[in-house]
Amino acid sequence: MGEKILMKGNEAVAEAAIRAGCRHYFAYPITPQNELVEYMAKRMPKVNGTFLQAESELAAINMVLGAAACGVRAMTSSSSPGISLKQEGISYIAACRLPAVIVNVTRGGPGLGNIAPMMCDYFQATRGGGHGDYYTPVLCPSTVQEFADHAPLAFEIAERYLTPVLILADGLLGQMMEPVEFPEKTPVPKDQSDWCVGPWEGKRTSHHVINSLFIVPEDLEEKTRILFEVYEEIKKNEIRYETYNMESNPSLVVAAAGTAARVTKSAIDELKAEGIEVGLVRPITLWPFPSEAVAKAASGAKKMLVIELNMGQMVEDIRLAVSGACPVEFAGKAGGVVFTPEDIAALIKEKM
Amino acid sequence: MQTRILCGGFGGQGVLLIGKLVAQAGMAEGKHVTWLPSYGPEMRGGTANVMTVVSDKPVGSPIFTQMDVLVALNHPSLEKFGPDAKKGALILINASNCGELPLDMPEVRAVRIPFTRMAEEIGNTKAANMVALGALVELTGCVAMRSIEDDLRHMLGKSKPELFEQNMEAMRRGAEKARELA
Amino acid sequence: MKVVAKRPEALTDVRLTYCPGCLHGVAHRIIAESVDELGIKERTIGIAPVGCAVFAYRFFACDMVQVPHGRAPAVATGMRRARPGAIVFTYQGDGDLAAIGTAETVHSANRNENISVFFINNAVYGMTGGQMAPTTLPGMRATTSPYGRDVSDTGFPMRVCEMLATLEMPNYIERVSLLSPKEIVKAKKAVKKALKYTMEGRGFSFVEMISTCPTNWGLDPVSSREWARENMLPVFPPGLFKDRSAGAKPGAEKE
Repeated sequence: MGEKILMKGNEAVAEAAIRAGCRHYFAYPITPQNELVEYMAKRMPKVNGTFLQAESELAAINMVLGAAACGVRAMTSSSSPGISLKQEGISYIAACRLPAVIVNVTRGGPGLGNIAPMMCDYFQATRGGGHGDYYTPVLCPSTVQEFADHAPLAFEIAERYLTPVLILADGLLGQMMEPVEFPEKTPVPKDQSDWCVGPWEGKRTSHHVINSLFIVPEDLEEKTRILFEVYEEIKKNEIRYETYNMESNPSLVVAAAGTAARVTKSAIDELKAEGIEVGLVRPITLWPFPSEAVAKAASGAKKMLVIELNMGQMVEDIRLAVSGACPVEFAGKAGGVVFTPEDIAALIKEKM
Repeated sequence: MQTRILCGGFGGQGVLLIGKLVAQAGMAEGKHVTWLPSYGPEMRGGTANVMTVVSDKPVGSPIFTQMDVLVALNHPSLEKFGPDAKKGALILINASNCGELPLDMPEVRAVRIPFTRMAEEIGNTKAANMVALGALVELTGCVAMRSIEDDLRHMLGKSKPELFEQNMEAMRRGAEKARELA
Repeated sequence: MKVVAKRPEALTDVRLTYCPGCLHGVAHRIIAESVDELGIKERTIGIAPVGCAVFAYRFFACDMVQVPHGRAPAVATGMRRARPGAIVFTYQGDGDLAAIGTAETVHSANRNENISVFFINNAVYGMTGGQMAPTTLPGMRATTSPYGRDVSDTGFPMRVCEMLATLEMPNYIERVSLLSPKEIVKAKKAVKKALKYTMEGRGFSFVEMISTCPTNWGLDPVSSREWARENMLPVFPPGLFKDRSAGAKPGAEKE
């Protein structure tokens, strides 16, 4: 690790992506992730990389598709409405089994919503997002450091399983500055020569085809079966989560991700000082979802409280995981209003 | 200990920099820090504000509604955020262009210093933010003056030595004035 | 024995699935012959659109990628940026290129992206069954303009070459037709020139080919060509709209 630098999340993830070997970045401006686009515009030419401001989100994700098809580390980023536009391309990238990284610095919705930090794209992110039977791994950081750490991790997962990987951070994490340290290591690129396209004189004997059209139902069924075998592997190997104060055997456990989780941690500390023990389980991968960890956290609790910056999305995955082992209650805020630690502490006391 | 600082002012008064320098100094001292600016359409409207937290423990929320310290470089900021100052909070008011607190707030410590006029006295109106920073550091001790000096020297010492000296002078004067009034 | 005609190396052995009399086969062939003659099969990436030519990924023997509807120039952009040594061409129909993908077409042209775009214009949506295209002629019937295209309601057919030619940057823009052997020979020259320009890094090359759709027009192959000559060519006149590299010496390329 190098020295600590005070950086915005948007800039930290951009720098981390470049250090992870990403040299192809295509995007379209949208608040609150413009610093990411601007950082790439400034840095990419200095590392002989490609920065291109695309004419639309649709074009940007398809430029990523093209670059990824050629076997290079490619990335795009946007915020909620822009990610909706990218879903077409994400579905194709998933179907074509191409590695790519997409950053969503979310904002308030639906519609144009606002630019405040809201985590209302959970469903979209964790259910595939576009058309078709597929998923994308979703990483959900809660600090600027973690946001940066997720860039190389996202490329590693993308290349290991040949899948698009989403980093889902809210606008708060994009805009705020925190100290960040960058790892020295760059993920080792996998050999992609057995599928990627590009000049192949002397390297292979036949052309490659990258395609997502399988007109015969049995062929598409077989392709989908293989895709879901990969998803099983991802579920086996890539689930990540964190627990906090669970060693205190708390009777109430909060489940929260991203910004909501970090605010909850402060609330838990405040309550601990008052002699009230509360636990936290924080999914880091939103897909695959850490269902077992949530179930385990619920098994010793009298109640689970799900806190989200939306009207209740992750709570559905929590209820599936808890499966009736204890009551699950929900508290959310919409519109980009963010809980303070005091809000959450009061909420917890009320629910206990 | 945790200090939540809100700085507000007109665009161009350098309020974001006050927060950034405090956060960087805190980071250099091994503290946990966050810095969160107002962003988007707000930054087009001519006013800017930034929330900075310096803490011994990891910072949960970079957003807060009640602050320990308010630095108001203009009157709209004082009017907007003044009422949210905590009991016992410090409110640093730019006496050069701010009126009175909008409410009667006996439980806060309001300190009026003419940041802009003092900056003019050293020949750079733009250094009003540095005068305020000097007063802020003097009265809160949330970070050490030395840490800010080191950071500033790192940023400006070689490339713009005169600007570095001027900023340091502004900070010193802000700190002195704060000491006198304290 | 002397070989006088053979299947181009740049085509696979897969039998074309296009309708009888369809000119996609001709367009495929002249592209493949050009690839062969330039000796670039192993450096070429073709991009198949959505539309009748979606199956082009089966027919060409160079690297092929099938992409979302209208996005071929964006994908090609990503490829060229990732692999500057690759020769990338897109193959697109009128719906793909001039309706859903208009933005990608215009902006890749405006960036003078170093790719070849082959545009097959037959004034109708073929794959989906004969709906109105942006290039459908005034008064022409389609399944979604059953009373004939009413230009006051749905606009006049878009002339893409003319539109792109207003841009400062594109390198080469030409419209050709595929309606007779003589025209096909000319079309091949344009296709080969486009690919050559791409090889030389000269920027955006665009060749529109006026084609037919006997099936959706409800005509036999011969009369469909006559119909196209009488009705399409006056609206879409063949010609050279831009050739900024004409006469330029090799080596004076952009990159």
